[in-house]
Amino acid sequence: MNPTENQGSITRDIIVYVVILIIAGLQFVIAYQHIDGEQMFARMFLLALLEAGLAVMFFMHLWSESRRLLMFVAVFMLFVLATMNYLWPDSFRILVGAPFSSYH
Amino acid sequence: MNQANIAMGAHPTGHSTALSEGSPFSIPTKKLVMWLFIISDAMTFAACLVAYGFLRNATPNWPRPFEFSPTVINAMVMTFVLITSSLTMLFAVRAAKLGDKSSAFKWILITAAGGLLFAILHIREWLGMIGEGATLFHNPWGTAIFGASFYSITGLHLLHVTGGVIALIAVGLRYKGGRYNADDVEILGLYWHFVDVVWMFVVPFVYLLNVAPTH
Repeated sequence: MNPTENQGSITRDIIVYVVILIIAGLQFVIAYQHIDGEQMFARMFLLALLEAGLAVMFFMHLWSESRRLLMFVAVFMLFVLATMNYLWPDSFRILVGAPFSSYH
Repeated sequence: MNQANIAMGAHPTGHSTALSEGSPFSIPTKKLVMWLFIISDAMTFAACLVAYGFLRNATPNWPRPFEFSPTVINAMVMTFVLITSSLTMLFAVRAAKLGDKSSAFKWILITAAGGLLFAILHIREWLGMIGEGATLFHNPWGTAIFGASFYSITGLHLLHVTGGVIALIAVGLRYKGGRYNADDVEILGLYWHFVDVVWMFVVPFVYLLNVAPTH
């Protein structure tokens, strides 16, 4: 790695670091907005995904790795994360008092 | 070397054909193993967070006890410390790749110090909450599940941070001593960044969604 390339990488890393800090700060701002729970969750989740994406791509250098590795990591993780969320409707069932739920 | 052995996969020179294959995804095997570990650990944390979200959504009397001072301020400081430690880890990896052992070791120790500071702040926060009466199975604000879910998720993350700090010191010393190389430092860096990525989800879901309402 030549010095110029090295300095450019340091600059990029610092820029990504500052952007991640700004996004984290935005999450703290959103926490004190007077919006309903669903909106707050959605905004926080999107910002967290953005933060994590930047960290995985640039801090963990997944962006500069082989595209096959990127696809391997992304596809497996996103598939499993998506299937984990199939049970959300059940939490609403418990909340609103469907038969055999414990709160009603 | 007879034809039967070659048919079974042995190379005419006597080596297995498996040894002549390229590394998968063009990365060293140990790096791929770290990625596989990261994927599996991400599933663990995701399962914990989804379960927490399910319980929170399904529980009418879920408390929102976190005041701006000291809890949210503490969370801000912890977030800043952990993200900054990721940056210092990047510096360590870069120095290691350039062959600058003393600089790489220095940045590894700084990263470990960041992790240690994070752990101290976290334990201090826990002690404060326990002092207010919030334990694993009881709290003065609402459902008992709140304490169990909070301590289990943050505790699992703290365990990863603690393990990471120990690994940083061990790998740093061995790298300085010449037993490990720059690739090993980079692989440890992957783990440390992963710990940071998990915190990026723990903070909004466990802390910020439970901030005490302001009127």
